[in-house]
Amino acid sequence: MTELMSLPEAVSRFIRDGQSLALEGFTHLIPFAAGHEIIRQRRTGLHLIRMTPDILYDQMIGVGCAAALTFSWGGNPGVGSLYRLRDAIENRWPRELTIVEHTHAGMAAAYTAGASRLPFGVLRGYIDNDLARINPSVKSVTCPYTGEVLATVPALNPDVTIIHAQQADAAGNVLLRGIIGAQKEAALAAHLLIVTVEEIVERLDGHMNSVVLPHWVISAVVPAPRGAYPAYAQGYYARDNSFYQAWDPISKDRDRFAAWMNEHVITVPT
Amino acid sequence: MSVEVPWTQDEMMTVAASRLLWDRCVCFVGIGLPSAVANLARYSHAPNIVLIYESGTIGARPSVLPLSIGDGELAETAAAVVSLPEIFSYWLQAGRVDVGFLGAAQIDRFANLNSTVIGDYRRPRTRLPGAGGAPEIAAHARQTFVILRQSPRSFVAELDFRTSAGFSDGYGARARSPARGAGPQAVITDFGILKPIGASEELQLTGHFVNVTPQQAVDATGWPLKVTDNVEIIPAPTLEELRVLREMHARTRGSR
Repeated sequence: MTELMSLPEAVSRFIRDGQSLALEGFTHLIPFAAGHEIIRQRRTGLHLIRMTPDILYDQMIGVGCAAALTFSWGGNPGVGSLYRLRDAIENRWPRELTIVEHTHAGMAAAYTAGASRLPFGVLRGYIDNDLARINPSVKSVTCPYTGEVLATVPALNPDVTIIHAQQADAAGNVLLRGIIGAQKEAALAAHLLIVTVEEIVERLDGHMNSVVLPHWVISAVVPAPRGAYPAYAQGYYARDNSFYQAWDPISKDRDRFAAWMNEHVITVPT
Repeated sequence: MSVEVPWTQDEMMTVAASRLLWDRCVCFVGIGLPSAVANLARYSHAPNIVLIYESGTIGARPSVLPLSIGDGELAETAAAVVSLPEIFSYWLQAGRVDVGFLGAAQIDRFANLNSTVIGDYRRPRTRLPGAGGAPEIAAHARQTFVILRQSPRSFVAELDFRTSAGFSDGYGARARSPARGAGPQAVITDFGILKPIGASEELQLTGHFVNVTPQQAVDATGWPLKVTDNVEIIPAPTLEELRVLREMHARTRGSR
């Protein structure tokens, strides 16, 4: 049963050191505000899960929240590298980061299996490449009907998933619209789900087939206006592409990064 | 008619690649050069091309080139917006994509691609973004086109990591694999176009741009690149192609 609460309260009640944690959102609706609160509350040893780490995980990895990362594409979209992620992998800075690397299709299948409470996802994938070699959790199964050998990925079931959405109603039902990525799957794969929203409304503004997560699968609904910035929330604000470009030189330099995080995240009152 | 307007190698490679796309083809597009190529085709000779971005936007018609794979305009202009599990399973894996357009950091003679690491995987010299959708696009699009600038650092005898399979080790290896698509049918560079030729399926230079020689392309390749006997000279960009391309880039700059 869902409860309406503040971001500091939700993080303090539900996020523990060492948990596996998915903050999903594919370019759109990335839960930046929630990630920043986790940084402020100094959680560590997290196993972060996200298809595209994006600037948010660059920040969380750079300040040392993460011990492991499961992902499928780790760049700054349209700009280049995530330098804090690279520094962690290339130089083990600020600490060693264990990586579990997939393809998008593989990770989508793993979330789908997780949401279905199946042990693994199946796909015609990881064909003739090195990804299955460096990720031993990618295995195969022989189709009992055709004999075809198909790739399998173990289900992803994060301890906690956090997503950002446009609206929740008074009962705590949540509506997402626009590019929805794998949020529905990541949300339903999790043992515990937190949703931050742009606004609480009287009645959800969606069509019959909209993506709505019912209140009884959500542990906490948290009002967080502009909670996806510098990513975006369709219908509310646009992606700040200039910030994504400005992040490049900030992320490249350890000291500049630390100063930026201190000024814009760590010392920001909530 | 010869073109008097000067043009760059990047413009030429974008134009040459866009000429390979046809009207009404269904094209799965990556960000950067592939997106510029596909939108140039849409604004010139292929107005009904269907662009699919891996963010789940099917039939997107952006007015400017998106910075990210999931910019809002892609969703606003799309015929349909679907989830990631759906785009990769119902659309790509099911074989509904005619052309997958890929970039990479490294390519080998069988058009296998690396977009993961330079150096050793566990202790990389340079960590690259990684696979994303590429391995399954490479496997399941009916054919793929690859676009990347040609140099001995990018066209290598041996990949540091194989992210996406092209023809694997050649000689029919791909056809024996579970990959359903025909694989890379053209590699477009800033020198010309390479295609897989003959039983070996090894890439050969089949066309070069008017302002470079085949030998220059060979010199920019880290393996002994073969040049086909009847290598073609690819015509320079037309004034119209340059106009459309430059207007698209100007609109994009103006929007950021």
